[in-house]
Amino acid sequence: MARITASVFTSHVPAIGAAIDLGKTHEPYWQPLFKGYEPSKQWMKDNKPDVIFLVYNDHATAFSLDLIPTFAIGTAAEFNPADEGWGPRPVPKVVGHPELASHIAQSVIQDDFDLTIVNRMDVDHGLTVPLSLMCGQPDAWPCPVIPFAVNVVQYPVPSGRRCFNLGRAIRKAVESFDADLNVQIWGTGGMSHQLQGARAGLINREWDNAWLDRMIDDPEAAAATPHIDYVREAGSEGIELVMWLIARGAMADVPAFGAPEGAPVGPKPRLAHRFYHVPASNTAVGHAILENQG
Amino acid sequence: MALDKPYQDIPGTIIFDAEQSRRGYWLNQFCMSLMKAENRERFKADERAYLDEWAMTEEQKQAVLARDLNWCMRTGGNIYFLAKIGATDGKSFQYMAATMTGMTQEEYMQMMLSGGRSAEGNRYIGENGDAQAQNQPQGKSHSNKEA
Repeated sequence: MARITASVFTSHVPAIGAAIDLGKTHEPYWQPLFKGYEPSKQWMKDNKPDVIFLVYNDHATAFSLDLIPTFAIGTAAEFNPADEGWGPRPVPKVVGHPELASHIAQSVIQDDFDLTIVNRMDVDHGLTVPLSLMCGQPDAWPCPVIPFAVNVVQYPVPSGRRCFNLGRAIRKAVESFDADLNVQIWGTGGMSHQLQGARAGLINREWDNAWLDRMIDDPEAAAATPHIDYVREAGSEGIELVMWLIARGAMADVPAFGAPEGAPVGPKPRLAHRFYHVPASNTAVGHAILENQG
Repeated sequence: MALDKPYQDIPGTIIFDAEQSRRGYWLNQFCMSLMKAENRERFKADERAYLDEWAMTEEQKQAVLARDLNWCMRTGGNIYFLAKIGATDGKSFQYMAATMTGMTQEEYMQMMLSGGRSAEGNRYIGENGDAQAQNQPQGKSHSNKEA
């Protein structure tokens, strides 16, 4: 059967993609940030998955205000990097995994999570920047990727609790797929940042790190964080962090969706890497890698 | 019954909720049209004529012509959509962010390098942080304009 082996959490700042594409990663401004991802690139080489389930948000690229799906799963065979106004990023096209994506859609919809199914979609920096950070600049991405877009542009976005429970349902779906696949689930966006208004530039290092501690060690508590706390403490765009909870909810130490009360859970995941850096353009960059044990 | 909107007491912040989205629909769809090169060219050739093709309010058109992003947001604009105007103008996102605070791009970049804007005094309207109305606009960009 397929199984989730690890989760990866990272910010997806567009300027990071531009720095990689324009060869600026060794400049003094960027060097400390990319140094923090060197262990991650090595980890990716040592732990190559068969499929990445990548949770991100679209930034008024594939979805205008004509359609605002709360959760959208990409079931296409491939997805092109989007032109966000400066031309498409010079990165490989994203190869999907239509069979697993469709299987997950069917399973989680039957578990009451109403996904929008997307058979044609370009993917923006929200999806391609995490791939670049973790994989560098290969000719092709190391494996198929299932794009999973969450609305965090128009408020209200889904609650942390709902995202966490959706992650649990995604794990159940993956584990009921017959092929023997090693699946990673990535949660992206955040950490603290505000891109709008007089409060633009807000960063909250203490809050970010306390939230990251909770997300790793007590994810139920992190999932209970109300929306207003993200907005007030981590900025209007800091609310992207709810997407990390989808990935965290899919880990083995969280009760599987629909498991009976008191059913045994897996051991705590191993923290393979953790990193935090301010700033990348307007944003605090947070990153963690969690491995399921055994 | 009124909906619960606990985010309205945060200074310098307009949450793009369903009400703002309804208000700003055509403004944001105009911005979205700037994803296409041919539309960018037409907009740059005659901004007013291009804006008049959209069912936007006169105030929204004036806010766009003035490149006043805070004004655009008050009339329903969302920053991810509005950023496409800046891209059309060849401006970086940091430049756009700086204009919303009265800072020059250099001042804004320095603030970010120094760890960003503090949340202290900026959590609730009525405190005294740098994002509060009584302390805005905060930078040289604004004082230059007044001089």
